[in-house]
Parts: sequence; structure tokens; C-alpha cells
Amino acid sequence: MADVTHLETRTLGGGESGFATTKFEALLGWARKYSLFQYPFATACCGMEFFSTASPRYDIARFGAEAPRFSPRQSDVLWVVGTISQRQAPVLRRVYEQMTEPKWVIAFGTCASCGGFYDNYATVPGIDKVIPVDVMIPGCPPRPEAVLDGLMLLQDKIGRGDRTPETLKNTALPDGAEEALEKLYQIRMKP
Amino acid sequence: MSKLILERLKAQFGDDILEVSSFRGDDVAVVKPSRWLDVARFVHDDPRCDCTYFADLSAIDNCDPRTDELDMDDRFEVYVIAYSVAKKHRVRIKTRLSGDEPRIASVIPVWSGANWMEREVFDMFGVHFEGHPDERRILTYDEFKGHPLRKDYPANRTQPLVEYRDGTFNKLGPFLQDEGMPLNRTVIPDERQ
Ligand code: SF4
Repeated sequence: MADVTHLETRTLGGGESGFATTKFEALLGWARKYSLFQYPFATACCGMEFFSTASPRYDIARFGAEAPRFSPRQSDVLWVVGTISQRQAPVLRRVYEQMTEPKWVIAFGTCASCGGFYDNYATVPGIDKVIPVDVMIPGCPPRPEAVLDGLMLLQDKIGRGDRTPETLKNTALPDGAEEALEKLYQIRMKP
Repeated sequence: MSKLILERLKAQFGDDILEVSSFRGDDVAVVKPSRWLDVARFVHDDPRCDCTYFADLSAIDNCDPRTDELDMDDRFEVYVIAYSVAKKHRVRIKTRLSGDEPRIASVIPVWSGANWMEREVFDMFGVHFEGHPDERRILTYDEFKGHPLRKDYPANRTQPLVEYRDGTFNKLGPFLQDEGMPLNRTVIPDERQ
């Protein structure tokens, strides 16, 4: 129960037989965030990266989000993976409308977040123009690590009950990491 | 590549072939729009040309809306690329159409594969194909106004099917340089000039 301590949860008693008090909302949020059924709406190249994230190497199951549901009615998270064209926008909105509450949306990749480099007549400049978005993950495509970061951000927001759209920021590298990476790069580039 | 097809075309059609050129194996013949279908049928049926494989059909808009008239005479260039699998040669046949109601005969009777390509050219450039059985838009939607690959279609005009939600971002940040691209949707002046 370590996760919910910041949500005004208290564990009383110790050892095996203690009990905890919490708020109903907090408990619900905690339960929801670890059982996300996902609906992958994969339309473009980002889809490849999504498969990679979902496969055992990166093991999205660690986050309780491994079960894909190919029916919007049974899913909690809509992953919008790839470019959404103007022609597809009605489909996307319809899929979103068919999902049952509570539902969350992740914009996977730059195209879904803001249209990416498709700055033209054919592409929706960000799916937030059409449906509400919770987390936007930049990258073209984002690395699986970034995707998992985004998923954790969403879990955090679900736990807090926060529905404001948020962009995944890349975190600053720890001290010395940059030099280490540079060294690694030099070694790799040696003939 | 042999220039066989070009020679056959010149012998057969004479002055109706306006121009021929050949560059590194790419043979190009520019024909009069009125003979478009005849030329297509000839390269398909003639046993020495034998171009039974239809590779591509597309168009080019040659007008510059800043300097040219939009209804200039040779605004649209429609071309078809045909290949002979047996003889291993290829030809590109072009024709030039006026910017005012561009129209050309459909080559579907010769190569039925041209159907969707002609629909695409109609959708993107607004060139009409006479005799096309099903001339509808193929890539954009029926509600779309205008033809997006025409040079006078404004580059930033979008025609959303779904009304945009209120209070959405115009621009997203903060995407950083190491995430692949600066990602602000504005035109960055080219400093190399
Ligand atoms: S963000 Fe990049 S990788 Fe992802 S769909 Fe767009 S172009 Fe493809």
C-alpha cells in the first residue's frame, strides 16, 4: 500500500494483520490505475514502436496495462498511435464516444500530439482538436522508455484524479551522464 | 534503352507527337491531348511496343500562381508510364492541358488499372477524365472543396470534417531538439541563403 500514502491513507497497526484507512476516491484511483485495458488505435509508423513497447522486452504488463481490448466498449485507455487524417477524425471521435467512463486518452508520438511535420490539408494538427487528451508523448516515434514514462504519468494522474492535458517532459540527465554517453558514442563510432 | 517506342510513335502519329526526349533510359513522348487515348492504345497493342503493364498515371501543375495566369494553356501535365514486361522497356507519355477546365480521355479502356489513378488525379488536381466510370474523390472526402495539389490551393487551408474543440492548443511545447524536431508549426526562415 506504499503507493497510496500520499493520498491521505494511513496504515494502522503493524505486521501481517494491520489495516488501512483511505478515501474512497483514492482507493478507486489506485485500483484503476493498475488495471488499464487499452484500445490501440494504431494508424501509422508509430504503431511499430507501440508493438515493441507492448512486447515482452519492455513488458507493459508490469504496469497492469497489458490487456488490449479491440472493442472500445471494454477499454479504459485509448492509445492514439500515429497520424490522424482529417478523414479519420470522425472515426476517432466515434471510437472515443463509444468508450465507457472512466476513460483516458494517450496521444502517442508527435503526429497524434500536434500533427508532427504534416502541416497540410490532410492531417489533424493534434488529436486534442477532436477529443480530450490526458497525456501527450512526444517523439517521432517515441522510444518505448518514453512511452512507459507516459503511461506512468497517466497512472499518476489517474491516482490524483487529475484530468488536465499534460505533455511528457524529458527529464534532465543526471550529473555525468552526458559525458558517459559521449564516451560511449566515441567508442561505438570507432572503426 | 532503345528508343524503339519513340520511333514507332513518331512513325505512327507524325506531328501529333509534339516532343520526344530520352534521358538515361527514360523515354518521354509529349503528345497532343486529342490523340492521348490513341497513343495509349498504340503502345499497348502494337506488338513491338507491347507495353501491357500500366505503371503509373499522375499529373503535375506547372503554374506559379504569383506570376502565371491560372488558366494558362499548358498548366497541367498528365503523364502515364507504361512498361513492357516481355520486352523490358518503358515509356512515359505526357500531355499538356489548359488550366481552364482540364479534360482528357480516360485510358481505362486500355489499362483498367488506371481507374484509381485517374480518380486520384481528379481528386488532387481537378483534371476530368472523359469516359471514367466512377469519377469520385478517392483520397480526400466528398465534403472537400477544391483540389489540394493545385498550386493555387493555399498551403495552410484545412477543411476539418469534425468541428475542432474549444480551448485546444495551437502549438505544443515543450518538445526539445533531441526529440527529433523543433515542432513549432510555423515557418522557420532558411538561414542558408
Ligand atoms: S510521430 Fe513520426 S513515427 Fe509517429 S506516426 Fe508520426 S511520422 Fe510516424
